[in-house]
Amino acid sequence: MHRIEVQELHKSFSGLEVLKGISFHVDPGEVVAVIGPSGSGKSTLLRCITQLEYADSGVIRVCGETLLDGTYAPKPVQRRIQRMVGLVFQNFNLFPHRSVLGNIIEAPVHVYKQDKAQATATAMALLEKMNLADKAQSYPYELSGGQQQRVSIARALALKPEVLFFDEPTSALDPELTGEILKVIRDLAQEHMTMVVVTHEMAFARDVADRVIFMDGGVICEEGAPEEVFGNPKAERTRAFLKRFSDR
Amino acid sequence: MNYGNLDLAKLIPNMLEASAVTLEVFFLTLLFALPLGLLVAFGRMSRHRFLRWPVQAYQAVMRGTPLILQLLFVYFGPFYIAQEMGITGFKFDRFTACIVAFVLNYAAYFAEIYRAGIESIPVGQMEAAKVLGMTRWQTYRRIIIPQVIKRILPPMSNEFMTLVKDTALAQTIGVAELFRLAQTAQTQAFSTVPLVIAGVFYFVMNYLVGVFFNLAEKKLSYYR
Repeated sequence: MHRIEVQELHKSFSGLEVLKGISFHVDPGEVVAVIGPSGSGKSTLLRCITQLEYADSGVIRVCGETLLDGTYAPKPVQRRIQRMVGLVFQNFNLFPHRSVLGNIIEAPVHVYKQDKAQATATAMALLEKMNLADKAQSYPYELSGGQQQRVSIARALALKPEVLFFDEPTSALDPELTGEILKVIRDLAQEHMTMVVVTHEMAFARDVADRVIFMDGGVICEEGAPEEVFGNPKAERTRAFLKRFSDR
Repeated sequence: MNYGNLDLAKLIPNMLEASAVTLEVFFLTLLFALPLGLLVAFGRMSRHRFLRWPVQAYQAVMRGTPLILQLLFVYFGPFYIAQEMGITGFKFDRFTACIVAFVLNYAAYFAEIYRAGIESIPVGQMEAAKVLGMTRWQTYRRIIIPQVIKRILPPMSNEFMTLVKDTALAQTIGVAELFRLAQTAQTQAFSTVPLVIAGVFYFVMNYLVGVFFNLAEKKLSYYR
């Protein structure tokens, strides 16, 4: 069973079609990198699967549960599917009025009614892993961008998602801070976390992804193993895009 | 200063009593207008124009006409309307009419402050909460409103201080608050002392309002 299954997904914003029939799937333990120029629909695709946008038509299934098949599933099903996916934002979107620990245990305790002591223990273990245990009582404004992004990854992981999505997780960071985030994602890949990463870090996509999807103009132009997509791109648009990157 | 034939021993207790009425108007207005303003703000931000339009019309009237006129209208309006319908002698209690008018007026202003605060919170906060599985209600209660409160403290302190001074308008429909008493005492005793005492009272009260808001700001300064 696919973790994520998307068929013929369409999405328009006031007449402008951003997704023009996207079909792809993600299998358990896979790391999929989504690359492509700005405005190609990468983020919108992620936002449709994580329910931040409503798609117009198509099919979305998460772990075999149908979120969208022409029409949307009822609200309780939507909420159940919401829990299976996590999303890490470009701008972190930590809650500024909550401490690092407070950010991580907010949803486990107040949405999913976990025992607070247990949620705290889980959160501390995650912070340990992110090398941020000493920052548990700090507030987001006291942290660097890289640290904030690691907290937001811990916040997403605390809900034990089946699939974790990253929407350009390093684009808001200084170049010297991107490495620490990419390392976290790399470590998660080694633990066989299923992940979909929208990224402009080509070297990272090549090294870490099991599969690369190249999107342009609302369609998937090319999809395959990184060595194929980067080494021997078949679509003209992929070649042009990658050439622009290697020229920089 | 002209003390005239002033009996301070009688004046001071009377003024304290009238101050209590002023305080009542102040706190009752806040008690009802602060939550009502939040509802109005949500109505104003609604996607449904049949909710949004009437709310905007209400705000336009409340913000566009004098509070003194609204007080008179709320107090006398029902009397004349009842008379038209053949019911004579129907009258709102003055104090009730006063609170109703103040609440309707202040809720319209509070709503705009809330709205400015809510709209200033980055949309990413809503999105993060949604992805974490929070309901709309949870998101507002636990994520949005706490941040809004911090941001709206300065404009709210303005409104609170204006309200302290606006309570003096309650006298226009005969509510025996501080200003009315001060004026009566002034005319009876040919003395400006009652007015000065009233001025000191309003000043001290607003000083306390200022202290309260400073404390609140300090309390919420633990994050940025």
